[in-house]
This record gives sequence, C-alpha cells and structure tokens, in this order.
Amino acid sequence: MLKEKNKKQQSLHKRHSALAVANKQLEKLSNGIFASGELPTFSEKIKETNHFPLRPKKLEILQINVGYMCNQVCEHCHVDAGPDRKEIMTRETMEQCLEIIRNTGAHTLDLTGGAPEMNPNFRWFVDEASKAGIKDFIVRSNLTIIRANKKQYDLPEFFKNHNVHVVSSMPHWTRGKTDKQRGEGVFDQSIKALQELNAVGYGMPDSNLRLDLVYNPSGAFLPGNQASMEKEFKHALLEDFGIHFHSLFAITNLPISRFLDYLIASENYEDYMYSLVEAYNPAAVKNVMCRNTISVSWDGYLYDCDFNQMLELKVASKIQHISEYNEAVLNDRNIIISQHCYGCTAGAGSSCQGAVAE
Amino acid sequence: MASNNYYDPADLRKFGNITEWSKELGDKFFDYYGKVFEEGALTAREKSLIALAVAHTEQCPYCIDAYTTDTLQRGVTKEEMMEAIHVGAAIKSGATLVHGVMMMNKVNKLEM
Repeated sequence: MLKEKNKKQQSLHKRHSALAVANKQLEKLSNGIFASGELPTFSEKIKETNHFPLRPKKLEILQINVGYMCNQVCEHCHVDAGPDRKEIMTRETMEQCLEIIRNTGAHTLDLTGGAPEMNPNFRWFVDEASKAGIKDFIVRSNLTIIRANKKQYDLPEFFKNHNVHVVSSMPHWTRGKTDKQRGEGVFDQSIKALQELNAVGYGMPDSNLRLDLVYNPSGAFLPGNQASMEKEFKHALLEDFGIHFHSLFAITNLPISRFLDYLIASENYEDYMYSLVEAYNPAAVKNVMCRNTISVSWDGYLYDCDFNQMLELKVASKIQHISEYNEAVLNDRNIIISQHCYGCTAGAGSSCQGAVAE
Repeated sequence: MASNNYYDPADLRKFGNITEWSKELGDKFFDYYGKVFEEGALTAREKSLIALAVAHTEQCPYCIDAYTTDTLQRGVTKEEMMEAIHVGAAIKSGATLVHGVMMMNKVNKLEM
C-alpha cells in the first residue's frame, strides 16, 4: 500500500512509466476500439458534421506554459506535473514571449504550468507582461502554492497589484473528493488560500478582481451542467467557509497522461471513451478552444492547445517556435487532432474557460 | 443470445435500440423520459437522486449503473447517494412491515 501511495507522489516521468512517452499515449488513443472501427476516430466524427479539417478562427487567447514543475501531484494531471519535473521556461524564452505579448492581437494572456509561481522568474514576467495592456491576464494558480511557503504568502497582494485574473482548481466542495484527486491536505490549504484571496478583494460579488474556479470530475465520469455545478459550489463554499468566487468552469478530463494512466489502470478506459464519443456535440466543435488559442511551451514551441503540447504535437505550420512567431502565418493552418479531442467536444464542450456550448 | 449473461453492461449503451422494433412508442418513451429529467420544480440533481434510490428498489442493474454515474456527474457525494438508497430501503421495508397490520387484522378476526 505504501509503495502504491509513494508512486502516486511522483510524475509518470519519474516513474519511467511507458505512458510518460507522448507517442505511447497517441498509440493507445489510436489502437483498440478506434482501430477496430468499434468507435469512429475524431477525424471521422468531425467529417460527419463538416468540421474537417479543423481550422483556427481569430486568435483570442495566448496561453503560455512557464514550466511543468508543481508542488502537487494530482492524479488526473494532463501535464504530468510535479516537484520532480525540471522543465522550466528560461528568462530568455520569457523575453521572447514578452515580444509576442506586446504585439499580439489576442485579448487574453493565460499563464499556466505546473504551478507557474514556481518558475523563479514568474514575478518579473508577470510584472513585465502586465505592462503590455492585454485585456484579460489570467494566472492559473493551484491555490496551495499560496500557502506552500512564506515567500509565497503575499501572492494574493501581488496578483491584485498586477490586476491578474486568478483561475484556480477546486474539484469539489468537500474535503474527501478534493484530497483524493489532488493529494492529502490540499482541500484545507485551498480553502485557506481562497479566504486569503477573498480578503484582498478577489472573487467578492462586486469586485473587479476576478477569481474563477475550475471544476473537473474526480474520476472516470464527465462533468455535470456547469451552471448547476456553479450554484452548488457557491452555496456550499459560502455556507461552510464564507468563500466567494465569480464563475465556475466545468472542464472534462482529457484521456492523456496521468488521467489516461488512471483510466487504463482502473479499467475505465473503454467506457470513458464511449461516453466521450456518445456525448459528441457538433456545437462544441464550433467553439473548441484550439480554434482561438495558441499554446506556448516552456521551451518556446507552439501548439494548438495545452493538450497537444503534452502530446508533443507541434502546430502544423512552417512556424513552430516563438523565435519566428508570425500570427498571420500561424493562423493559416490545420489543427492537429486525435481521439483525445473528444474530451473538448463532449456535452456542453470543454475548454480552459469551461463549457463552450449551451 | 449473444452473451452468456442475462445482464451485460454493454447492453446499457443499446437502450436506444428499442425504438428499432417500435419506433413511435420508443420515441414517445424517450421524449417523455428526457422531459421528466429536465430541471423543473425539482432540480435535475434531485431527480437524479430519486432515480438512484428507485433504481435500487427496482433492483435494475442498468439503472444503478446509469444513475450512479449521473449522480457523480452532478457532484453528488457518496454520503448523499447512500442516504438516498436508505430512503428507498426504508420505504421497501416499511411497505413490507406495514402489511403486518393486514396480518394482524386477519389474525384478530380469525382468533377467538
């Protein structure tokens, strides 16, 4: 039992798991029920509704992953992030990113990780990026990082001073479900961090300091209706802990990396893929996030989304790195798809901003 | 029969196929079914919990499978799920026991 527990505190990379290799994940997603024709591949499915090839719309969101290091090892993490991951964006790459941030037509800048705050140049980068005048500047904070050590205690103030939009993960309003997915003690620390964010004004009913939460299911099932879940979360967090927040983004777990590993180990893979395919919604394809997003990795490469980044599927463009960034050329490309994409088109759809279709 | 079991989890996915042999009635049923579970005076979450409890009293494996997943998707906790089943169980056992009055009435009538 102890061995199993210790394993869960390490990334797939550290465990030398076969699924740490992106190609192995892609193989799994192309073989079995998809190779046999039992289920249609994603390209076959979107052909039925005339969405193939999937093409970008206007670029709206520039998402930058500043590193895979994280203080948590969540069981569902699509990044395979953890304390043992050493992929961290350098200051030089950040400087290249800043050039793009100053000139992009995107209205949203979205910093993610790992825990972005663990990048040693994070605060400098936020300081510089906030001067670029981007309308919506998101930092995806895992909450516990705010409580991880004294040096981070002032993060709520720091975010406030830079008018950062904080988006944080919270899989449930109960301790049991949260800790099972994100690690022991995560719930209590997250609650404390949310209270501290509230204390400086984040998430309060009339506040401009935006605090949104991300809900993703703690297991092999799809998220429920986003609006209903938001109501439940708001009621429970306010009643039990006096916590306020603005919106809840319900996000589907995509079958890659650690969540794929979990699906296979728990013998839920096939049923989960069935539920994703059965819940395919053409309306969600229209608004799927890869159509208005560019994802930049810690080493400056460009991807259609954070999931393709983890699967090492670079954009299908002659421009693949920020050093040669050109938005017009980049936008003229076909988006790379595989069966994991079903995760973004199930039900009301899923994106880093939550549901995409009614 | 394609399977050696009366109940096969994969058959749940085929539920919709019942319309193949009686389209009009099948469609009417699924329209009705879908409407019943929409948000109304009761929330969809409350309806899902009722369905979970009834799935157990009906002892329908397909329904238990479907509404365990459905309640989880709606953020229902294990404690809430188990309490709902106890409500079903209490009604089931209550329904058995309340018939005891019938037995008592009969005994009282027959005995001197």
